[in-house]
Amino acid sequence: MTSHIFSAYDEDLKYLNRRISEMGGLAEQMCGDAVRALVNSDAALAQKVISDDVILDHAEREIQEKAIVTIARRQPMASDLREIIGTLRIAGDLERVGDLGKNTAKRVIAVQGTGVPRKLARGIEHLSELALIQLKEVLDVFANRSVAKAEAIRQRDEEIDAMYTSLFRELLTYMMEDPRNITTCTHLLFCAKNIERIGDHATNIAETIYYIATGAQPEGERPKDDSSNTLGAVAE
Amino acid sequence: MNSISTMITTTTSTTKAATMSESKISARNVQVFYGEKHALRDVNIEIRPRSVTAFIGPSGCGKSTFLRCLNRMNDTIASCRVEGSIGIDGENIYDPKVDPVQLRAKVGMVFQKPNPFPKSIYENVAYGPRIHGLARKKSDLDDIVASALQKAGLWNEVKDRLQESGTGLSGGQQQRLCIARAVAVSPEIILMDEPCSALDPIATAKVEELIHELRSNYTIVIVTHSMQQAARVSQRTAMFHLGLLVEENDTDKMFTNPDDQRTQDYIMGRFG
Repeated sequence: MTSHIFSAYDEDLKYLNRRISEMGGLAEQMCGDAVRALVNSDAALAQKVISDDVILDHAEREIQEKAIVTIARRQPMASDLREIIGTLRIAGDLERVGDLGKNTAKRVIAVQGTGVPRKLARGIEHLSELALIQLKEVLDVFANRSVAKAEAIRQRDEEIDAMYTSLFRELLTYMMEDPRNITTCTHLLFCAKNIERIGDHATNIAETIYYIATGAQPEGERPKDDSSNTLGAVAE
Repeated sequence: MNSISTMITTTTSTTKAATMSESKISARNVQVFYGEKHALRDVNIEIRPRSVTAFIGPSGCGKSTFLRCLNRMNDTIASCRVEGSIGIDGENIYDPKVDPVQLRAKVGMVFQKPNPFPKSIYENVAYGPRIHGLARKKSDLDDIVASALQKAGLWNEVKDRLQESGTGLSGGQQQRLCIARAVAVSPEIILMDEPCSALDPIATAKVEELIHELRSNYTIVIVTHSMQQAARVSQRTAMFHLGLLVEENDTDKMFTNPDDQRTQDYIMGRFG
């Protein structure tokens, strides 16, 4: 896209873009660290994730302030306006992603005593790989504004949902096998849910990028394969 | 005298056509030449009744030229030639049978710079209705003047000093006086050529509020350099560029997701 006649306006937009990329990088790192801390029972790493969340919250507030000032000073129109509004939404999503990483990290202490069974740890790791790939790719799409890729990411959330449902089922089985697993498995259930929701936020971001680029909302319902909310229902 | 009557424009016929057809003004293949210069190329547009349509575009794009075509103000420029047709309520205003003075009764105009007559506030508004016989007695004329000043949102500020000179008012008040003068002869269409460019933000807001109120009774076409103003007051926006009408769209769409790249570049303040 061509530059603005008033170049300071371009600087404002570049600043917002750069801060979103930084937030995205940090959120991604926090979530990866949180899962590593969980499977390795690494309390120090978990603590680092918890303290990193402060940086992410601060970044979100700075982006909000800059966006508001930019709207007031530049009175943005068309795709500039969509971009600034989109930036606000994406910053909100990334801040939530950080919260989910932090919540996972907090549970590390609780499961530290028993440790995480190897099989479950692999399940959680696999789920988080899928979610973090989504997050990484959506941040790449934000940088290059590829509408086709944004749409593809949105479609792929289904995989994460399916994986989450299968992990949910596995955790239930463990709990039924031995009630002593309940504490750990309940925490892991929340961790799995956290990771699944990171995927949802990545999908939200993909939809926002689609809106920024086209001015339209993506068509059709996003595919959902999370059937955990009906799992365990007793058939009459 | 002649120029003054052209400016305020009226006839005895003041029946307001309550046409509910889709378009009040319909321009087909309009071309305008100033001597050799081709100022407007093939403009086609339908302007809806009882709504505000804004014309935007960079200087020299033809938006004011087109506005002036809508009440044949360009007739006064010797070198100007208009081709194509412009229909108002289905009647081609460039038909030789059409009397421009009658036309301008129907299509009032407000200019960039407030231009009150060097007469009293009362006379500024009463002049048009009086010379066109809209009032049979003094009390009728008083009513017309009061009503026009009320419609222009000026009544409360001037009701106690109607005999003072119109030129003694502030710039914003003068512009509203000019709007009252246009409204006094009961036009159906009001053309505004950058009506706020000489006003401060408060006076601008008052005129914009007035445009918003007048919309329920008049078809308003406004040329503005301020995109924010177009976004604030209009329902439809038309973008002109290099003599072409490049896009005409709902204002909501125009300023969030325009269809044409040239509109996008212009409203976003980017190099084309």
